[in-house]
Amino acid sequence: MAALLASLRTPRGLIVALILLVFAILPLLTQAFDQRYLLSIGTRIVIWSIAAVSLNMILGYGGLVSFGHAVFFGIGGYAVGILAANGLQSGWLQWPVAIAASVLWAALVGALSLRTRGVYFIMITLAFAQLVYYVSAGLEAYGADDGLNISRSRFDGLIDLRDKASFYWLCFVLLLGTLWFCSRFANSRFGFVIRGAKSNDLRMTALGFPVFRYRLAAFTLSGAFGGLAGILLANEGAYVSPAMMSWVKSGDLIVIVVLGGMGTLFGPLYGTIAFFVLEESLKPLLDLGHKGWGEYWQIVFGPMLVLIALYARGGIDSLLGRRHG
Amino acid sequence: MVEPLLRTDRLIKRFGGLVATDTVSIDVRPGEIHALIGPNGAGKTTLVGQLTGNLAPDAGTIHFAGRDVTRLPTHARVRLGLARSFQITSVLREFTALENVALAVQAHAGHSFHFLADVRRDETLRAPARQGLEAVGLGARADTLASVLSHGEQRQLEIAMALAGDPKLLLLDEPMAGMGVEESQRMIGFLQALKGRRAMLLIEHDMDAVFQLADRITVLVYGRAIASGTPDEIRANAEVRQAYLGDEAAGPA
Repeated sequence: MAALLASLRTPRGLIVALILLVFAILPLLTQAFDQRYLLSIGTRIVIWSIAAVSLNMILGYGGLVSFGHAVFFGIGGYAVGILAANGLQSGWLQWPVAIAASVLWAALVGALSLRTRGVYFIMITLAFAQLVYYVSAGLEAYGADDGLNISRSRFDGLIDLRDKASFYWLCFVLLLGTLWFCSRFANSRFGFVIRGAKSNDLRMTALGFPVFRYRLAAFTLSGAFGGLAGILLANEGAYVSPAMMSWVKSGDLIVIVVLGGMGTLFGPLYGTIAFFVLEESLKPLLDLGHKGWGEYWQIVFGPMLVLIALYARGGIDSLLGRRHG
Repeated sequence: MVEPLLRTDRLIKRFGGLVATDTVSIDVRPGEIHALIGPNGAGKTTLVGQLTGNLAPDAGTIHFAGRDVTRLPTHARVRLGLARSFQITSVLREFTALENVALAVQAHAGHSFHFLADVRRDETLRAPARQGLEAVGLGARADTLASVLSHGEQRQLEIAMALAGDPKLLLLDEPMAGMGVEESQRMIGFLQALKGRRAMLLIEHDMDAVFQLADRITVLVYGRAIASGTPDEIRANAEVRQAYLGDEAAGPA
């Protein structure tokens, strides 16, 4: 937290502070301007940011392009949904089960996929995510393709998740927690091993690090936070469906991390905001002619990404000027 | 007779029909510099790969520090005290020189499953790393990114990283490769100063360096160790002169 405060003295620190301030009081703003819909978008931005920060732990800091990260939206979400459909509404039960399921799945996928490199790693993580996707689409008892309407997790006497503002603030606090952990992780002994392995894994092995073990731990950790995002996403819409974990969502998460700035603390946050703001503004803009062009907002978004890839390799984060320390 | 620190026993490695390591038995005794020479394609890199654990031999055994390490993974051999430098410079380019060495220290300081404490303020890693950098003459470059260091400095940095874990044996794969005359001489001087305190297996093309440094030399040709002995014995060996050294080293050198 001290590092966070120290960075306030730089321009980029001010930008971060401003973003976090707006997020902190977003429910008050949307209420004041009577824009309930914006709170819903804000909630999704916060939840997706948690997922993006968690993907950044392995993609940005570890250099491991996992193309199946949205599977943790699905696993976290379905764990909550299936328990809820069976009458188990308590969040105290649902949430730990959902995190545990995400951790187990991440450990399994990591143990197999981390033995490969490059394109093979991408393909295996994608294949495992698709596996879960099709299994969920085949769950007749839980809505199959159509998904499942659920009631929100209950933390009786503590917080009512049906209250949009309370739920939003819970998500925001969890995002802050995730960011805090990531900031510590990045400069810890563990984080340096993960980052060192991204830089040169042969060298790290030759130094005496069992690189596979550390990568597996990072992959699992990343899955745990991804599962948390899944839990929140299920509660946000009171609904789970296979679409939560389609490969398109995994692709979106990668785009967000790359767009925001890989291996930077706040990059995933910038990326998520940019992604949602562009989606929400391009759609109505393209739809001005009422010809249904809004669906094709990515035709505009795509070239913007190409420009970022060509001219701002460090993503939005690098556009904010040099990093301090 | 002193128990050797590293010993290979009839090591064999085949690639298809090619026998890259042909029944090689060599050893390195504590404190000595044992040089491995041989023309290109003699199988030096293949042998090094088996010693470090990057390649699995088809037959034979490798003993290190009293243990059979033939099937041990690379990182476990490093933990036992077998450190290496690479033929092609291999440093962590995105990290500072100090961070490179600090990571090498960290590799030998127990497990790294510590997620919260800031490694950049960890004097238990940084103090020995700073000493290591000063020992190789890079003290003034501590906060420079490794990618910005000159080629010679990167080679020095590699040595500092290899020494950080206080290894029993240094496996130096062409430490002078790509260095200028002056840098080579500095490196030779440095290795000379280390001599006696650390066993080294030196793979090197620079014959001047080999004959200056080595206590014993083994000559590898087509995967076979055709000769092994003191520098004088090797210089006098007719088979070696014919196979490899030519007139260059047979002369006054």
